[in-house]
Amino acid sequence: MIEFRLDRGSGVATYLQLVQQVRHALRLGVLQPGDRLPTAKEVVAQLAINPNTVLKAYRELEREGLVTGRPGLGTFVQRSLGQTSMGDRARLRAELVHWVRDGRQAGLTLEDLEALIASVLTDSFRQEIA
Amino acid sequence: MNTLEAPSFRRGGRMNALETTGLGMRHRRTWALRDCSVAVPAGRVAALVGPNGAGKTTLLRLAVGLLTPTAGQVRVFGRPARESGERMAFVAQNKPLYTGFRVSEMLRFGRGLNPRWDDAAARRRLTELGIPLDRRVGRLSGGQRTQVALTVALAKRPDLLVLDEPLADLDPLARDDVTRGLMGAVAETGLTVLLSSHVVSELEGVCDWLVVVNGGRVQVSGDIDDLTARHSLLTGPAETADALAARLPVVSRSGAGRQATLLVRDDAPPPDPRWSARPVTLEEMVLAYLRAPDAAALPRPALSPVH
Repeated sequence: MIEFRLDRGSGVATYLQLVQQVRHALRLGVLQPGDRLPTAKEVVAQLAINPNTVLKAYRELEREGLVTGRPGLGTFVQRSLGQTSMGDRARLRAELVHWVRDGRQAGLTLEDLEALIASVLTDSFRQEIA
Repeated sequence: MNTLEAPSFRRGGRMNALETTGLGMRHRRTWALRDCSVAVPAGRVAALVGPNGAGKTTLLRLAVGLLTPTAGQVRVFGRPARESGERMAFVAQNKPLYTGFRVSEMLRFGRGLNPRWDDAAARRRLTELGIPLDRRVGRLSGGQRTQVALTVALAKRPDLLVLDEPLADLDPLARDDVTRGLMGAVAETGLTVLLSSHVVSELEGVCDWLVVVNGGRVQVSGDIDDLTARHSLLTGPAETADALAARLPVVSRSGAGRQATLLVRDDAPPPDPRWSARPVTLEEMVLAYLRAPDAAALPRPALSPVH
């Protein structure tokens, strides 16, 4: 079973942290179809967090079709999250290599590039969440 | 004003556990609380936050009917607060336990006063916590005393539990234990909780609804995830801060030298690429509002259904 952790100062909503940890576990194969997620009560006993937050996270996972709630039994993993295909990864990596080379020629340092990527990622995912 | 809608997410029906309209309390010539309209939906764990002396305790005492308002009204699950005594439990800040009493005597006392009293659950809870029933209350630690006060309150089987600064003057371990006990009770019974605190950092992950009171007025009210998602912290060159601030609803502004930081009520990426955005924590957002008493983030006044 998955054991949740919490980063209280991260600015990432608690329910979202739980959602991300389940997705991560699905990607790594730590959670597999048929596995039961801990009940809200179990998570509360472990992390001392609001049970509504746990339920909200599970509703979000259910909406994404990753888990399904069975009344009286619990919440179960419905499907795993496959990795992106090797071809996609190779192509994206090549594009990024090209982009980094461009940036360095324009005089950007390692930290400049990191800050730029982080900011684009943040913006992109914030729009998705909102 | 850029107002925030109350969310559709809630548990246990659509009713508000607590609703105040135009609530005011005047002591002689001073208003301790003024024009206070808030709603806490059923099933929520709501935080009442504000500086000391902002009117938090007054609001809580009005909510549970211990004070009679100078203006406005309080409804608990749709009924006047005075008629809802049995559905509420209140733990005052000084945890009013009789220090000369043994824990078991506190339970007997509670049983005599409350028709809905659940004695078995109270005893089970204290046993699980390792609190001896024959111990005198005065000899318990601060954390244990809070746990006894919480146990007595929960044994009344309230639908709305109101706690005034339950975590104040507890050590970190006791805070964690009390929080865990409270959250466990919410998981078991689905009761609505309203708790006040002036330490915002310890509410992250614990509360899902926020009410900020400042200078006797309600400044922020709403779902915590919604509120934080609708705010962001922008950092960028100071000389462009005015131009950006003119286009966005700025809650607070800080900065040193060439860099400026704006906390804005906006979730879109900054229009100027020299600015970067990051999410706000609950604490950053609350502090920003407390520093700017004129800013507000309140839901649109909603017509409450008549039951």
